[in-house]
Amino acid sequence: MKITFPHMGNIYIAGKAFLEALGQEVIPPPRCSRRTLELGIKHSPETICLPLKIMIGNFIESIEKGADTILLVGSCGPCRFGFYSILEEGILRDLGYDVEFIVYEPIGEGINKLKENVFKTLNITNIGEVLKAARLGWRLIHKADQITELANETRAYAKDSSRVDLIINNYHRKVEQVFGEEEMMDLMDKTINSLNKVERKKNYEPIRIGLIGEIYTLIEPFVNFDIERRLGHMGVLVEKSLTPTIWLDHHVLKFPFGSRNEKEKHRLARPYLKTLVGGHGRETVGAAIGYEKRGFDGAIQLLPLNCMPEIVAKPILNRINRDLEFPIMTLILDEMTGEAGFITRLEAFVDLLNRRREEDSVV
Amino acid sequence: MKDKVGIPRGMFYYDYYILWENFFNNLGVEIVLSPETNKDILDKGVHACVDEACLPVKVFHGHVDYLKDRVDYIFIPKFISVYRREYCCPKHLGLPDMVRHSMKGLPELIKPKVDLKKSNRDMKRAIIHTGKYFNKSAGAAIKAFNKAQNRFQRYMESIRQGAMPIHGIKYDEYNPSQILLLGHSYNIYDRYINMGIVDKLRANDAGVITVEMLDTHTMRKHTSGLSKRIFWTHGQRIVGGAFALMDEGLIDGIIYISSFGCGMDSVLMELTERRAKKLGIPFTILTIDEQTGEAGINTRIEAFLDMLKWRSKDEDNLPTHGEYIHSR
Ligand code: SF4
Ligand code: SF4
Repeated sequence: MKITFPHMGNIYIAGKAFLEALGQEVIPPPRCSRRTLELGIKHSPETICLPLKIMIGNFIESIEKGADTILLVGSCGPCRFGFYSILEEGILRDLGYDVEFIVYEPIGEGINKLKENVFKTLNITNIGEVLKAARLGWRLIHKADQITELANETRAYAKDSSRVDLIINNYHRKVEQVFGEEEMMDLMDKTINSLNKVERKKNYEPIRIGLIGEIYTLIEPFVNFDIERRLGHMGVLVEKSLTPTIWLDHHVLKFPFGSRNEKEKHRLARPYLKTLVGGHGRETVGAAIGYEKRGFDGAIQLLPLNCMPEIVAKPILNRINRDLEFPIMTLILDEMTGEAGFITRLEAFVDLLNRRREEDSVV
Repeated sequence: MKDKVGIPRGMFYYDYYILWENFFNNLGVEIVLSPETNKDILDKGVHACVDEACLPVKVFHGHVDYLKDRVDYIFIPKFISVYRREYCCPKHLGLPDMVRHSMKGLPELIKPKVDLKKSNRDMKRAIIHTGKYFNKSAGAAIKAFNKAQNRFQRYMESIRQGAMPIHGIKYDEYNPSQILLLGHSYNIYDRYINMGIVDKLRANDAGVITVEMLDTHTMRKHTSGLSKRIFWTHGQRIVGGAFALMDEGLIDGIIYISSFGCGMDSVLMELTERRAKKLGIPFTILTIDEQTGEAGINTRIEAFLDMLKWRSKDEDNLPTHGEYIHSR
């Protein structure tokens, strides 16, 4: 069994080390590229949302490298994501690829099936080992996220922000060479060390922007034109409202109650939206209010074209923008989005936030 | 003075209006229904609603706009789930929220939450909630609803006999070709946004079937073979209905009407088209949005019907039987 999974930001780093530590053979998905996207567009239904298209590209590229098993997380509504597995399976079968799909469906769909799938993919035989594996996975994801965050912070404060890119590029290169948990942790610690050594500006108060919106677009730099890095180089401190760590904490670790962080977003969203709307629509609304309360300068919503929950969130964000005088910009992403226009809008937004600060300091 | 409740003629109006109408009538509440969609309503909707939304949601905003100065309340239920373990589209889940945050000067919205995901009991809460606006006791509200429900069941029965929802036109018994008109109720039955496609098909001697005419049990049975249960109730109806009619060989072709950017359709079209391809049943998609022109739609329909005619003429001497003819 040669396992692969969709490429989503830094998840492949933790996923690779995790599965290797459990004795599985892993084909980590190659990082997303123009080719990934083109393969995806060619073979996916035209009207499906962007994440599925990229995943199809990921799978084809992994299969080319020898993968025969695809690991996925499922869902049962209300959003389209729940149908990804059935559509993807159909597409790959039509292309003549004989791969096995293993989908971790929510517990509500039947605990036995889930157990069977977990045991099979993780190469383990009892619940005790599951817990051990889960702790390991958690440590890895957590640390991978920590690096992403530290890199973002360092970029904003760095005297020379290009140093951060050098360190991160080096880290990504080495990820592919190391094997298993220990070597990965070691590499991660070294990376953290180097990031901490980057020289920072003194007495600098960066503009702070919260990134909100659909989870895949938030996490995967290829689809969001590397928004975190770009803002970092503009001296902006960015925070993402959703990361793999936040997702795992809410859906797995604190199951079935949910994490404090996400419940707080629901609480904040209440005056504007009281119920779920699928995907992370409600969390997007709550996160926007949260960033306003924490004194951020603004927020950016990432919306993959035609994403249903984020479209529901959009008029609500417009309203929050008016009510709280909190700048929120929506960026729509799809395969046709041009990079140049995207960057122009980012720069204009940062300019706006800078001007607002100056005006405030005059008053 | 009697309170007036506005009901926008959009979205689930096409599914549940008869139920709502009877319910409010039984409560002694006066209803104001917005007129059939027209250019003005569409324009107002497009203006009020966020650009990214699908056509039916925009049209719905237009109907709300029409009603807002004419009534004391507007009725926009929040449809989360109408069936155990299933959901409605995220935009139905957020419909009252989208409306209330996009539009100014609205009267009070009555927006009972309908969430039958866990059990049918939640319906009661929604009924009592609505009754309270008109000072009705829980008992009175429930009684009014049950009576309306009975009436609604009879109406559903007549649809299964082949009557078209809302307009109540019976479909013709015999026709050279039977077309399954597939898609969301508000795309199929709103004659303005689909440019009267039902009449157009009939004028061309085609019979029209819609999935609302089938019974739920049959539809559910036909999707049970999929590796994933269809957790959208209205999607289940579309896929299940199409599968049932295709599997039983009751239709000659399928026209899927989809609003541009509909997230649910991207999945449903793929599932139904895949099956149609396999069975060699002609399948075509008409995408509608606020810019769709009537001429284009006419051409597409005529071409599709011509293809069907040509196909049936050649049926007897078709070289490879069941050869796949696909138009898109
Ligand atoms: S949340 Fe948006 S991007 Fe994700 S599956 Fe749903 S519609 Fe697609
Ligand atoms: S099902 Fe499609 S058409 Fe209906 S509200 Fe949802 S996205 Fe719009």
